[in-house]
Amino acid sequence: MAKEISELTLQDDVRYTEDHEWARKEGGAVKIGISDYAQDQLGDIVFVELPEVDSELEKGDEFGTVESTKAVSELYMPLGGKVVAVNEALADDPEQVNKDPYSGGWMVEIEPSDPAEFDAMMDKDAYLEMLKGL
Amino acid sequence: MKVAGTTGLIMNEPLLWEKSKKGRCGISIPESDVPSAPLDAEFEGEGPDFPDLSEVDVVRHFTRLSQWNFGVDTGMYPLGSCTMKYNPKINEKIAAMPGFAGAHPMLPPELSQGTLQLMYELEGFLNEITGMDATTLQPAAGAHGELTAMLLFYAYHKSKGEKRSKILIPDTAHGTNPASATLCGYESIPLESGEDGILTVERVAELMDEDTAGIMVTNPNTLGLFEENIKKIAEIVHDKGGLVYCDGANMNAVMGVVKMGAIGIDAIHLNLHKTFSTPHGGGGPGSGPVCVKKHLEPFLPVPRVTKDGDRYVFQYDRPDSIGKIHAFYGNYGIQIRAYSYILTMGQDLKRASQYAVLSANYIKEKLKDVLHLPYDRPCMHECVFTDKNQEPYKITTLDMAKRLIDYGFHPPTIYFPLVVHGSIMIEPTDTEPKENLDQFIEAFRSIAREAAENPDLLREAPTVPKVRRLDEATAARKPVLCGVN
Amino acid sequence: MRYLPHTSEDVAEMLQAVGAQSLDDLFSTIPKDCRFTGDLNLPPAMTEWDLTNHMAELAGRMAAWPECKVFVGAGSYSHNIPASVPYLLSRSEFSTAYTPYQPEISQGTLQAIFEYQTLASRLLGMEVANASMYDGASALAEALLMAIRIARGKKTTVAVSKLIHPMYRQVVRTYFDPTDYKIVELDYLPDGSTDLSAVEGMDDLAAVAVQSPNFFGCVENIQAVSDAAHRHKALSVIGFTEPLAYGLFKSPGSQGADIACGEGQSLGIPQSYGGPGLGMFTALQKYVRSMPGRLIGQTTDKDGERGFVLTLATREQHIRREKATSNICSNQGLCATMTTMYMASLGGTGIRKVARLNRDKAEYMKSELKKAGLEIPFERPTFNEFVVKFPEGYESTYQKLIDRQIVAGIPLECHYPELADHYLLCVTETHSKADIDALVKEVTA
Repeated sequence: MAKEISELTLQDDVRYTEDHEWARKEGGAVKIGISDYAQDQLGDIVFVELPEVDSELEKGDEFGTVESTKAVSELYMPLGGKVVAVNEALADDPEQVNKDPYSGGWMVEIEPSDPAEFDAMMDKDAYLEMLKGL
Repeated sequence: MKVAGTTGLIMNEPLLWEKSKKGRCGISIPESDVPSAPLDAEFEGEGPDFPDLSEVDVVRHFTRLSQWNFGVDTGMYPLGSCTMKYNPKINEKIAAMPGFAGAHPMLPPELSQGTLQLMYELEGFLNEITGMDATTLQPAAGAHGELTAMLLFYAYHKSKGEKRSKILIPDTAHGTNPASATLCGYESIPLESGEDGILTVERVAELMDEDTAGIMVTNPNTLGLFEENIKKIAEIVHDKGGLVYCDGANMNAVMGVVKMGAIGIDAIHLNLHKTFSTPHGGGGPGSGPVCVKKHLEPFLPVPRVTKDGDRYVFQYDRPDSIGKIHAFYGNYGIQIRAYSYILTMGQDLKRASQYAVLSANYIKEKLKDVLHLPYDRPCMHECVFTDKNQEPYKITTLDMAKRLIDYGFHPPTIYFPLVVHGSIMIEPTDTEPKENLDQFIEAFRSIAREAAENPDLLREAPTVPKVRRLDEATAARKPVLCGVN
Repeated sequence: MRYLPHTSEDVAEMLQAVGAQSLDDLFSTIPKDCRFTGDLNLPPAMTEWDLTNHMAELAGRMAAWPECKVFVGAGSYSHNIPASVPYLLSRSEFSTAYTPYQPEISQGTLQAIFEYQTLASRLLGMEVANASMYDGASALAEALLMAIRIARGKKTTVAVSKLIHPMYRQVVRTYFDPTDYKIVELDYLPDGSTDLSAVEGMDDLAAVAVQSPNFFGCVENIQAVSDAAHRHKALSVIGFTEPLAYGLFKSPGSQGADIACGEGQSLGIPQSYGGPGLGMFTALQKYVRSMPGRLIGQTTDKDGERGFVLTLATREQHIRREKATSNICSNQGLCATMTTMYMASLGGTGIRKVARLNRDKAEYMKSELKKAGLEIPFERPTFNEFVVKFPEGYESTYQKLIDRQIVAGIPLECHYPELADHYLLCVTETHSKADIDALVKEVTA
């Protein structure tokens, strides 16, 4: 049974999208994953399909899929850029996305092509407001 | 209430290879009466590592396994959209007659008049029931029938010098439809139904264009509702040169009540393992004949059975045919059973549909005060509820389904159709006695009470079967699909 | 009607509960102009006894063993099936269950199919088998589509041997017709195996497919096929119609196959005029997420007990919809169960013996035909069927034998116009030496 909104972990140091991805600046790069709300809605995550390193993706492009036992969800780029790393550990340990969505469960790291796209994302409060409206 | 289920002595049983003992054999093998022929080592393999078991070992093994299963013969199986009606025993006996079971598919026609006549007559019966002009029995299952129908659409448009790229698929269609359309290169265009759960003429008119091959309608749809605007919708599709396909998986609701050929349908598939009572075998084999109107007949798969005087023959020379979709003639053994069923029922097929619809409406009326009914209107052969009333107790559709097992019922279809959140789709079928319907209703009412008063009973359910809830996440994360010794 | 339980009293009570006046009233949401008001034009209902007589009459017009002597394989084989197998299969807990969506009350089906997946993998030397496809032909079509999927659509040509069952190739063509994918047919060599030379240099190749034993009964050089495929970064797809051969011959998996798929009817399933049979589909583990069809996996329940579930379902049509690996839903589950019962009855020891018996009988018949002066045109090793070249005019003998309920093979000319007077014959352990001797006498008379 899904968590109440008050039970969700929402980090301050990341920005969010309407599709429930998050993005965090780490030096010049940006790491991307899915929010606690998203992992909770999906349930037990059993497989994460990620793009090849060096792929160039634009904001809104599909960069992979995340699978629970009974559903597949597409992942969309919160901002455009070139993929510099993917979280290889998820291949053997997809449950990291459930256990630790903002840290161990990160998915891709990119070099952003337009930093303004990051700034346009929702902060925690805006995201929380959006969740309350769902 | 007194529950239908009880516990019995169920035996544990290992995997086959865990009870193997080298040198045992469970089959009688004739002594060789010919010289042994040498085989070059270059070709000879080691042979498979199969377990060696005696006949008793094998019989005990599978008898014990069977006891861990629930079938229609065990009890009520109200699995929505699957039409789990009673599977008559005489049909099994007939399909096993040596003339049928021992028939080689390439026997010359003079040695296979019996099978050919049966196919010819079964096609005729299905034409009559659907109001269509011609039938192919070749598709091996419903989804195979869908694919066949899409191939027919493709071939039809091609014969007109067209290649269309899209197909309309309502949100109340069967889940296989988009995948079948994709195999034919069609992009699925989702078509949302209106507020009352059925398609609107307006929406179809907006989406239908000359690049759209047609529409795939499930009718009655997966909410158990008859598509009341079907005739008008068919007109719109036809006006744009498109074709109307009906997923006939729900034909059990309307035999003798609606002739699909008369309401604008160009092609329909039937599930013989649903409507026509053939056993589903824990996943198959099914059989998914496709019935079409005259204008699609030239494209049907080869061979076609035809009658030449008193003699039945296969006709292969059909230049417009899509070809073959099964190596031979489909699941013939299933066709025999459906043919026998139709001959047994005769005019009573209509009564079967009436009872199927009566029973579904009865359950709907008797449960709608405890379960949320998203579309409160007369249903066809199945009714769809949701878990909305149980949300305050954090009880889901899954929990209620699992608890039904403890009461001795196979759960309904759950989380389908997708168009309704937390759906519970109940199809009692025509063969379930009223006493069982009443017990089922009572069980569900009791579960609804438990959900409010003692929800953990539901979360922990089931407790009666041999195993409890299984860890599906680990099964998918670390798949073990093949056993090791 | 004995299948319809409601009495008029039941009907009246239920109608009252739903607020309908009559049974017809239940259909009030169906517009009048959509309603059929006549009677269906069907024969009057038959009693069980009349039906049995009628069906026995139809079945009686079929040529069935042992009265009729059929020396035909070509995708459907007559083998001894122990009485225990159909007996066990008639346990209605197996036959009257649906797809195991509720694993707690479907462990029988689930464990049996897990065992099937395991034994099928072992027989073919592969790593993973799915829970079945419709038949050998659709399995092959799906294998080729899977190979193109694995090539991510970048390579879209498949090379298909002409010695794959002609009807299987026809099914592949039908599946491929609406796509832009290309099928290249590979010719055959004088020894009865596939000529792989046309593969060389093909840069758009997603798969090379052969059948072994092939349609002429000849065993292919599977390793050479795999090598040729792999040189072109394509998959080696090995088909079959007679899996019992792998009780004796080297398996596809031991010779580099990426996918091995075909028809499993010969493993304990009655011929039933061509269906239901069993589409067997096996592959290497690394391709499992691209596979079509259902898969059963092992897991544990809440109490830690071993159990089985449907798994990796996200590949399938009901979840991934238009992006699914296939549209297959119902498969041939009960036939897979039947095959498991048969393979378990045979065991490793038994399958070897039965396979050898098949080959020995076929070799015996071959040598007797040769002795009688007939030509065996293809010299590759065979299992239980092979091609014979008869003298011109044999067709009339063939027809006369049919009149006496003896089917002495099938003519190849309709599928291979260059092979006039060539017939494909099959013998299995169900044919005695006396049967073989009698046939040899008839065809050489």
